[in-house]
Amino acid sequence: MPSAGFELDVSPVSIKILIAGGFGAGKTTMVGSVSEIKPLRTEEVLSEPSILVDALDGVEQKTTTTVAMDFGRITVRDDLVVYLFGTPGQHRFWFMWDELALGALGAVVMADTRRLADSFPSVDYFERRGLPFVVAVNCFEGAKRFRPEAVRTALDLNPGVPVVLCDARQRSSSRDVLVTLVEYAIKLISDNEVMSAI
Amino acid sequence: MRDDQWLDRDAGPVVRPYALTGGRTRPTGESFDLLALVGSIDSNTVDPMLLEPEYFEVMRLCRRPMSVADLASDLDLPLGVVRILLSDMRERGLITIRHPARTRLTDPQVLKDVADALRRL
Repeated sequence: MPSAGFELDVSPVSIKILIAGGFGAGKTTMVGSVSEIKPLRTEEVLSEPSILVDALDGVEQKTTTTVAMDFGRITVRDDLVVYLFGTPGQHRFWFMWDELALGALGAVVMADTRRLADSFPSVDYFERRGLPFVVAVNCFEGAKRFRPEAVRTALDLNPGVPVVLCDARQRSSSRDVLVTLVEYAIKLISDNEVMSAI
Repeated sequence: MRDDQWLDRDAGPVVRPYALTGGRTRPTGESFDLLALVGSIDSNTVDPMLLEPEYFEVMRLCRRPMSVADLASDLDLPLGVVRILLSDMRERGLITIRHPARTRLTDPQVLKDVADALRRL
């Protein structure tokens, strides 16, 4: 290691929270309502299978793909920062999810009751990884209101997983969703259920 | 063959970002997280004329330690490219990269502080 560098008395704590859900479910809106949103690009070399899937006769092989993510930061204190990452929706970008999920505190799955099935892949993913998540039902105007219990049943969620109604445009509402997630993570840690996932 | 037959607005940047990395697509050395903190050494000790402009920009931005994700966003470069730049700079001793303090995520008191702070937003 180089001898010169920066030293901090205490390493700052960085909390990473993922905002997932189907296209148009309100991920960008939520990140933007509670934090200063910035674009983050990642350009990745496609793996061989993806190249085969994407290859078209007569088209030069595309070997890289660009994924744009929503990225927001909430500075809680000098030594405590919460980062929000809107996960890229299309499944061919799921290679990014593994990196994003690594070391994350948990995730918010945004759900639109008009297209609940769009939330299934996110719910599946976080269940399999054992990452704490909450489901936030974004109450779009004109959409029929569902009771949280109906959404829980439709998504076949485990009993403990919080389901909350929200309006992602409202800062206070998005903030409450994040608080719900952090409290749920604390509960799981106290229950000793997620020690291996962190 | 005229150039404009090949380049239109869908063609993307003429110089691909990986030109900055000499065509390499993978960083070298120990890997680092999106939230790892990058800090630069005192840039007065380095002659800016001897540095690539991107290196100099990274050093300027990281006078106060900054996360890899923040840095990529501020540089407006793809993460993969920034990772390679940073691994090269680390090898040359221009920056240090520190892992995020992840172990404290299991500390309920830290998380209670986070919940309290979020409530005050």
